[in-house]
Amino acid sequence: MPTGPASSGPAVLEVSDLSVEYVMDAGSVVAVDRVSLALSPGEFIGIVGESGCGKSTLLFGIAQLLAPPARITGGSVVFNGQNMVGLTDKQLAAVRWKDLSVVMQSAMNALNPVKSIGAQLKDAMRAHGVTEADRIADRSAQVLQMVGIDPVHLRSYPHQLSGGMRQRSMIAMAMLFTPDLIIMDEPTSALDVVAQRSLMVQIKELQQEFGFAVIFVTHDMSLVSHFSDHLMVMYAGQVAETGDTRALFGSPLHPYTAGLMEAFPSIRGPRRQLSGIPGSPPDLARPPEGCRFAPRCPQVMPQCATTPPGLYQVGGTDVRCLQYDGAGNAGSLP
Amino acid sequence: MTGPLLAAAEPLLRTEGLTKHFKIGNALSQQVLHAVDDVGLSVGERQIVALAGESGSGKSTIARLLAKIYKPTSGEIYFQGKPLSSMRSRADTLHYTGLVPMVFQDPFSSINPVFRVSHGVLRGLKLHRPELSRQQRYAEALRVFDVVGLSPAAEVMQRYPHELSGGQRQRVGFAQALALRPRLILADEPVSMLDVSIRIGLLNLMVQLRDSEDVSILYITHDLASARYVADRLVIMYAAQIAEAGPIEEVLANPRHPYTQLLLSAVPDPKAPLGVGAETDKGEPPKVIDPTPGCRFRWRCPLATGECHSVTPPLRELLPAHTVACHVARADAVTEAFR
Repeated sequence: MPTGPASSGPAVLEVSDLSVEYVMDAGSVVAVDRVSLALSPGEFIGIVGESGCGKSTLLFGIAQLLAPPARITGGSVVFNGQNMVGLTDKQLAAVRWKDLSVVMQSAMNALNPVKSIGAQLKDAMRAHGVTEADRIADRSAQVLQMVGIDPVHLRSYPHQLSGGMRQRSMIAMAMLFTPDLIIMDEPTSALDVVAQRSLMVQIKELQQEFGFAVIFVTHDMSLVSHFSDHLMVMYAGQVAETGDTRALFGSPLHPYTAGLMEAFPSIRGPRRQLSGIPGSPPDLARPPEGCRFAPRCPQVMPQCATTPPGLYQVGGTDVRCLQYDGAGNAGSLP
Repeated sequence: MTGPLLAAAEPLLRTEGLTKHFKIGNALSQQVLHAVDDVGLSVGERQIVALAGESGSGKSTIARLLAKIYKPTSGEIYFQGKPLSSMRSRADTLHYTGLVPMVFQDPFSSINPVFRVSHGVLRGLKLHRPELSRQQRYAEALRVFDVVGLSPAAEVMQRYPHELSGGQRQRVGFAQALALRPRLILADEPVSMLDVSIRIGLLNLMVQLRDSEDVSILYITHDLASARYVADRLVIMYAAQIAEAGPIEEVLANPRHPYTQLLLSAVPDPKAPLGVGAETDKGEPPKVIDPTPGCRFRWRCPLATGECHSVTPPLRELLPAHTVACHVARADAVTEAFR
C-alpha cells in the first residue's frame, strides 16, 4: 500500500489473505476472514472495530500466539522476508521480542505481580542470550528512561506503579532489543485521558526516534486519528475499509466507518444528539449471507442481503461496500 | 447557602466541607491520605452533574461517601435538606440507599453470575419496596427493563449475565437502580469499560432517565466529551479538591483553571488540526499524603507563582455560578496554560 511517510524499501510485514478459525464441536467460526495488510518500516497502522470483530485474533495470528481452538487456516504472514506461519516454537522464539514484540491490553495482567520490573526485564534479556549483569543493568535503566520512568523503579513491583507507568514499563520491555515491529493491543484502554494522551505521544516520539513499525489495535477511532499513518477498519472478521488515516477521517466511504466516527461525542462544536450504531455485530458462527453489515446499515440496498461485497478500490482506499461496486477497479476478493 | 430565604432553593443533594481521610502505613509511620478534602458539591432536581478528574483524584470516594459506604471524616451531606449524620435507624438508611443507588464501572463483575439478571432487580424491590406483592414486583421489573431499553423485557430478564453483552449488562445495572424509584443515581464511570460504539447508547439512556423518569445523576468520568454530551453541570476534581465547577458549556468554553485546560487538551479530537502537541504534560496527580498548604496542581502548572507554593487557593466565584480554585485565574480573561 503506497501510503505512509516511510514507504520506501521492502515491507517489514506483509500479511496476505490471513484466515483464522476457531474450530469447535458445533462447527468452526471464521474470526478473521482473508485479511491482507502491508507495513513499511516505521509505519503506524491503526486497526479499529468493535469488540468481537476479530481485531485481537488478527493480532494474535500475526504474532503466532494463537492457541487451540484457534488456528490459521489460510494465508501467510511474511515478517522480514520470512513466513511466520508454520514456524516451530524454537524458530519463533528467536524472532519474538528481538524483532517483533507485543504490548498487551492490560499491563496489570501481563506483568508478573511477584517480580520486580527489573527482574522481568532481566528475564527477557537472558532468554535472548544477554547474560552479563552490567549489560543487563545498563540496558534496563536505558529503556526505562526512554519511556520516561526513573530507573529507581527497576526495584519496584507492578502494584507500586500507576496504571500509566505500568503500561510505559511494558513498552520499555518491548523496546529492549529495538525491534522492527511492535504490536499493541489496546494499550491505553485502561488509562484515563491525560495518561492516555501522554502515552500516545510517547509511543509516537519513540517511533520517530527508533523507526520501528507499529500495529495499534483500538476500539476508539478518535484515539488514533492523530497518530496513525494508515487505518484499517474491521467488521465481523473482515476488512471493511482501509486507507490513509486522514482520508478516512476526511471522507469515510463505508457506512460502518461513518457510523464509528459518529459514535463519540465531540468536545467542540454544537452539542447534538448522536445515535451510534444500532444493533450489534453478527454472530460469526452464522454470518449474514450478503454484506455482514447490512442488518445495521443505514444505507442498505436490496442486493446487500444476498450479494457479499468484495473489496473495491476507490482512490487510495479499499472499501467493502456494494455502493462502490464498479466505481473503480473490481475487488480482488470474491 | 445560608439564610431561611434560600430554603426553597435547597438542592436535592448538597455537601458541606465533605472530607475523607484514610490512615495508611503501620503503627510507627502514621500517615494520612487525603482522599477528599473540603468538598462542597450540589446536585439539583433532574440534573446531571459530571464529576471529572484523573484516576486517584477522589471522584469514586465521593460517590462512596454519598452512597453511605464510607463515613465522612468531617463535613456533612444534606439530602433533601436533611443531614445524613442524623440518620440512625436501619429503615432510614435503607430508604436513603433506595433513593440514591449506585451503578458501577465494571459490568462484568458487578452482577452476580450465578443468578438470572432479574434476580438483582427483584431482590432490590423486595428489600426496598416491601409493600409490593410478588406479581407487582415482577411487573415493576418488566417496566424497568423496558425503560432501560432491554427488550423484549420478559425474555432478557430470564438470561444469565454471561449471555448479555457489556452494554446490556450495564443497562441491567441501571435497571437495578431504577427499580428502587431513585431520586439520584450515582454512576461511577458507567461507560468507561464499554466499546465506543455502545457508549453513546448508555449516555442517551442517562439523558432519557433524567427527562422521563425525573432522576438526577452524578456522572463520574474522566472523559470530558461524554460529560459534555449528557451533563448540565461540571465539577472538576484534582487531588481530593474541587478545582473548577460550573455550567458545563460555560466551563468547557472558558476553562479558567489550568488543570481543566490540561484535561481538555487531552481529549482526542479527530476534527482538531493535525499534529502532536510537544508541550504534552507527563505528570501524574499526586497522592495527597499529609499535605502542606499550597495549590496541589503547582508542580504541573506552567503558570504557578510564589503564592501558589504557600497558600492553598480557595474556591472563588469568578463568574456567576462558575467557581475556580486558582490564584492565577481571572474573571475577565482565560489565562492559557495548556491548549
